[in-house]
Formats: sequence, structure tokens, C-alpha cells
Amino acid sequence: MKYAARRIAMLLLTMVIVSFFAFAAFSMISGDPATAMLGTTATPEKVAALRAELGLDRPWPVRYVEWLAGFFTGDLGISYSYGTPVWELIAPKVGLTLCLSLLSFMLIVAVSIPLGLRSAGRTGGRLEWLGTVMNQLGMAVPPFFTGILLTWVFSTMLHWFIHGQMPSLTQNFGGALRYLLFAAVALAVPRIAMTTRMLRSTIRREMERDYVRTAISRGNDRSGVLRRHVLKNALVPVVTFLAQTMAEIVAGSIVVEQVFAIPGLGRMLVASIGSRDYPVVQAIVVILAFWVVLSGTAADIVNQRIDPRLRMGGRT
Amino acid sequence: MKKRLMSLLLLAGLLCAVLTGCGDGSAEETPEDRAAANAITVGIAQDLDDSLDPHKTVKAGTREVMFNVFEGLMKPTPDGDLTPAIAENYTVSEDHKTYTFTLREGVKFHNGDTLTAEDVVYSINRCAAATETGIVQVEAFSVIEAVEAVDERTVTITISEPSNEFISYLTTAVLPADYTEQDTAPVGTGPFRFVSRTAQDSIVLERFEDYWGTPAQMDKVTLKIIENADSLMMSLQSGAIDLCSHLTSTQVDQLGDGFTVAEGTMNLVQALYLNNAAAPFDDVRVRRALSYAVDKQGIIDLAFDGYGSPIGSSMYPAFGKYFDEDLTDYYEYDPEKAKELLAEAGYPDGFEMTITVPSNYKPHMDTAEVLVQQLAAVGVTATILPVEWESWVSDAYTGRQFQSTVVGVDAANMTARALLERFTSTYGSNFINYNSANYDALFQQALATYDDAEQTALYKAMERDLTENAANVYIQDLADLVAVRRGLEGVVFYPIYVLDLSGIHYTA
Repeated sequence: MKYAARRIAMLLLTMVIVSFFAFAAFSMISGDPATAMLGTTATPEKVAALRAELGLDRPWPVRYVEWLAGFFTGDLGISYSYGTPVWELIAPKVGLTLCLSLLSFMLIVAVSIPLGLRSAGRTGGRLEWLGTVMNQLGMAVPPFFTGILLTWVFSTMLHWFIHGQMPSLTQNFGGALRYLLFAAVALAVPRIAMTTRMLRSTIRREMERDYVRTAISRGNDRSGVLRRHVLKNALVPVVTFLAQTMAEIVAGSIVVEQVFAIPGLGRMLVASIGSRDYPVVQAIVVILAFWVVLSGTAADIVNQRIDPRLRMGGRT
Repeated sequence: MKKRLMSLLLLAGLLCAVLTGCGDGSAEETPEDRAAANAITVGIAQDLDDSLDPHKTVKAGTREVMFNVFEGLMKPTPDGDLTPAIAENYTVSEDHKTYTFTLREGVKFHNGDTLTAEDVVYSINRCAAATETGIVQVEAFSVIEAVEAVDERTVTITISEPSNEFISYLTTAVLPADYTEQDTAPVGTGPFRFVSRTAQDSIVLERFEDYWGTPAQMDKVTLKIIENADSLMMSLQSGAIDLCSHLTSTQVDQLGDGFTVAEGTMNLVQALYLNNAAAPFDDVRVRRALSYAVDKQGIIDLAFDGYGSPIGSSMYPAFGKYFDEDLTDYYEYDPEKAKELLAEAGYPDGFEMTITVPSNYKPHMDTAEVLVQQLAAVGVTATILPVEWESWVSDAYTGRQFQSTVVGVDAANMTARALLERFTSTYGSNFINYNSANYDALFQQALATYDDAEQTALYKAMERDLTENAANVYIQDLADLVAVRRGLEGVVFYPIYVLDLSGIHYTA
């Protein structure tokens, strides 16, 4: 219980710190919301009037405390650009980016773990060099390129999906997932390569350990040892790595959303930074921070299931 | 081994299920589906992330689309004239100071209300006074003495001095007086009514059935926001969008047979704008030298495949009578002369300069890159400083902190004043700090002149003043290339930055 409480406190603290730095950074970059909103019609008087109306004429720490108070009472404010409540604006996008990230994550886990095990189990096989080449290639190709390639093959040539026409998540869930799958693949490819490589090298290192040699010399078969003992030990760093991946997928989705014209959180973030729409930026930053901390927590819980030594709040 | 095989099969099955779309793909819309539904999807490169209240809208991209939703007493025609819109006709008094408008009978707003003279009075006063925050003040309305609703269908506007441009400003949108949701759910009288806006995704318009004039041909228009240029092209090819304007010649070449290309003009004054108050551009010889050093046609040929119209002052050809062709070649490309002038001004070995460019505008970036090459030929080392649009607005445009910049300046309405007033020395947005007493005097004269020919001559003299003093290095009015899916037609170009959707229709 104490452990859970500490976790939640950590989560909140992280979100507050991240939001603070986002807010501070945002107050320091050039261009402010008032001039962005007024565009080429801006005059010093009008900028001043609008700044006063938006409350931007007060020092940023004051505004930050107000924002924080609003955040804890469930009020994320009104978007400067769209004039609508922030939550209404981003809620559908949260769902979309969540689906994209989860789909991509599932792909990574489902493909890289069997692949990693397979490649670790066989050393010096005929196809090892091919695996290495594929792996290097997978890591090197940026998601936007894979995205364009996938679109070209599956949309322009094969017409499996209509690029630029993402079905609505609420009205046609299956269709939306199908559309997202292509983006998820583009996002997953480099991560699959990295995770596979990571798993392979951890397993190989583990296989050289004394207990493995002992187990094998006592007559256990190699693949049995691999599955029963080695995998458990090798998984801990991999799970931690996957948690990082989860966070990185969200970052990567910014690019992929652009390529596949998906109206997700990433595009919204980029656009609102551009238009200096800081209520929206703040909300998205906090959601992303929450996401990152949550993945970390999930990884810890999974690791504790795998390795009982990590339980009771112990640390490695 | 079996277990692994099972899990692999399971995964494959799952992927297949997702791929085939679980349910049916009813929401998949092909161009054929849209043709059957008499609907089109238009691709636009920027979101309408702005107030949708036409009196508050500042972004050209938002105005361009919302042109279909709003109308004023008058509205512009593709030839650059004005035609009565919600006004049926108007008369001007003998002393040219009182305008009497008779409104059309039974003009409806999109919310079902009937437009009355009170709505007109409200709308004009709202833009004249601009007491509400965010309202973009219409400077030309400062001459208004009174706006009165004589009866339900008659409005009189009295102005303090005769002005033959005044009528052009009455294209200002007329809105219902008692409606408060304009920012997010706008209501006008135009051929299309606003249905919805989804941030960073789409805007939906539908034909307004009670429109007073020729109804729009399409039942529904979806404007899809796709900022990424590659993605935009792929969406055209995949069949997700049917029409897209502001494409480059390279993009148009990729399109293939499925599309026709309509060519018009962007109606922008693209120039290397020079900060006339910052060294070395405070010296007219240096500005002239740059004008001689730049080969406009070279830029158009190299960066735009020959599409574009060269210009020589702050006026573009679509403006017809105000455009002075003679100014285009006032500075014939002559690098030797440029070097001489630079030497005369004390820069025999050239100098270093920065060109600030809003980096999201590819045509301006491309132009800047060619400029760097051309300037290098006369010894001037130019460096491009790419900035975000918002930084450009706050630092370069509003703050006037820049040395030179490549952008396109547009006209908010079809008057020469909309392009030329901005360089009078006291004007709030004179971002190049142009300061010519002659220019200011000509402008005052033009304002005070009622005779059209005389006024046109004065505006042309102002253009000449800009050219002779090399206020900026004028380049071109960019070409506007519009890709239209085969089977669709009706794209019409205006001399201002608008996209008229009402005439677009399927041919079959």
C-alpha cells in the first residue's frame, strides 16, 4: 500500500515538474499567443489589449500557478486558437494516438520477442548474416520513410487503404484500426529491430553464465534451460527497454501522424506549439508525461512479477 | 515448438482480422461514392485555427475558405468588379456622401433568421468601432459619420468625404446582430453553411438551401487539413481528396492523368522586402544595386518551372487598371551595374546580409535560395534565416527586427489602397520602414480624389515611387496551380486570395 502511494506521489510530482518546465520554456521562446492570434493585423495597442484579456500581462509563474490550480480542478482552459475547451479538443485525439501507440507496441512485442529468442538460440547459422543485415536496415530506416513506402505499396498500388481518409474511431472502429495498422508498422519497424537485438544480446550474455553451464552439464536440454531460466533473467532489462519504447512510440507518432494524415495528438502538439496555443500545449505535455511515467510503472510491475527479488519496493 | 507455432498463427489471425477491417468498410469513401453523393473533399495545407468570426479572422487561409460562408452588402466578382450581394441595389447622393442600400427581400441567415437592416448596421458599426477585443478594425470605415436603418430593408451610410473606394470595403461580412457563437459556429448568408470543424482534421460545409442567389452546386464540401506536402500528394493519388490549390509545378507534374490542372494567380506581391531603416538598406544605392542584381525571370524559371508573373512594384497584374507594366523591367538584370552602385555606396567588396524567411512557405524558401546565388554573383553574401511563421509575425512584421525577408503580401480587398497604404510612413504595419514624403503626399491626394482616372494615376505614381526608390526587390506574383480530379470542373480565380467553391460541380 505504502508502495502504491509512493508511486502515485511520484507520478503526480513528475507531471507537475514536466508541466512547469514546459510552461517556463514556452514563456521564453519568441512570439507570444497574442501576436500569433493577431497575425499581420497586430499593432502594439491591440497586442497589449489582447494580452490583458488573456491574462498574459502577468508574470508567468503566477499564470503557471493558476494553470496548475485549474488542472487539479479539472479545468484545462480554453484553446486560444479554436475558442473551445481544451479537453473537448484533444479527447478524440488522445484515443487515436493511444490506439496507434498500443497497436504499434503490440506489434513490437509480438514480433521482436519470438525473433529475439530464435536468433539467440542459434549461433553461427547460415542465415545469421541475413538477420544482422535486416536488423541494421530496420534500425536505420526512419518511420517517415517506411510510412511513405507503405503508402506507395498498399495505398497507391494495391488500394488496400485510402491514404488520407482515416475512418472515425467511434463510427468505424475496425476500419480505423486497419488504417492505423499501416502507421503502426512504420512506427514499429525500427523498434522491432532494436528490441530483437537487445533481447538477443542479453540472452547470449546470460547463456554464458555459470548457472546455465551447470544446468546444461546436469543434463538439461539447451532450449529447456533457455525457456525456463534464461528467459526470465533476460527479460528484466528488455521489459525496461520496452517501457522506454512505449514512451518513444508516442514521440515517433508525431512524424507518422503527419505522413499518414492521422488527426492525432502529435499533430495537434506541433500545431499548437506553432500557434503558441499554450493551454493546448500544456494539456498535451502533461498527458505525454503521464504516459511516460505510467509505462515506467507498468514495467516495474511486470518486472516484479518476473523477478520476486524486485518486489517490496526493492531496487536493482 | 507447438506453442510458438500456435501463438504465431494466433497473431497472423489477429492481423488478418484487423486488415480486413473487422466490420465492413462502410466509411471508406472513394471518389465514385462522393460523386454519387454530390460531395467533394478539398485538401488544404493549413488548419483554420483562428476565430471563425469573419470580423476577427486574421489568417489568409481562413478567409480564403470562409469566403463561401459570408457575404456583405457587396461582393467581389472574378473580374475584379463588385456586385450587390445582400443589397439589391444602391444609390449614391449628389454630393457622393450618402449611400442608400435597398436590401434583397427575405435574405436568410444560416440559422434561419431573416436578415434585416439592423443586422447591417450592427455589422458595419462593429468593424468601424472595433471596441470588442479581436475585431480587425476596417480603417476605411473611419470616414463613416452615420449608419442608419431607415426601415426593414433600407440602410443609409453617410460618410464625411466623398470616396470612390468606400464601396469596396462594404464587402465586409454581414452577421446576425443577436448571435454570439460566431467564433466557433459561424452564421452568415453565403451559398455554403458551416457545419463543423475538427481541429487539425477537417472542416465541413453544406449547401445552404435558402440561399438568395444561384445556389452552390455541391451538396457537401469537406475540407481536409493535410500539412505535410508528401502526404497531400499521396491523398490526391489515393482518391481521398478531389481538389487542391496552391500546388507547386513539381507536385503538379507527379499527378498523372487522373487530374486536370487549373492555372491562376496567387495574388501576392512576392518580394525581397528590405528594412529601409536598417544599414545597409537605408542607402537607396544599395537597394537599387540589389534590384539590378536580381533576375526575376531567372527565379521564376529555376524555382517555379516558369510559372509566375514578374512584377516591379507593390501591385500585381490581376488588379488590371492599377497595374503598371512599365515598372516590371525598370531594373533590367545587370550585375555589372549592381557592382558599380555597390562600390559607389561604399561596398566595393559587397557585404553580408540575412534573409529572414517563414520556413513553412516553400515558395518563399525556394525563392530565397535562388536569391542567395544571384546576390553572391555581385559579391553580397546572403544567409537564409528560416523562422516559424509566428516568430516572423512577432519579430519581423510587428517588431520590424529584420534586415531583409522574402514573403508574399496580399490584399484584403480589391482596392489599390489595400496594397499601397501599408508603406505610408505613419502606417502601423509599415514593416519595411519605408519613408518617402512624396509617397505620403500622393496617398493623401489619392484619398481625397473622387475622379477614378485621376485616382488611378495617383496610385500608379505611388507604385512608381516605390520602384524608383527600390523600396523592395520586387519579384513576382506566384502562380496558383489547382489540381482538380477529372470529372469535376468550375474552378474560378479571383484577384484576391479566395477559393470559391460554389461553382464547382461534376460534369456527368
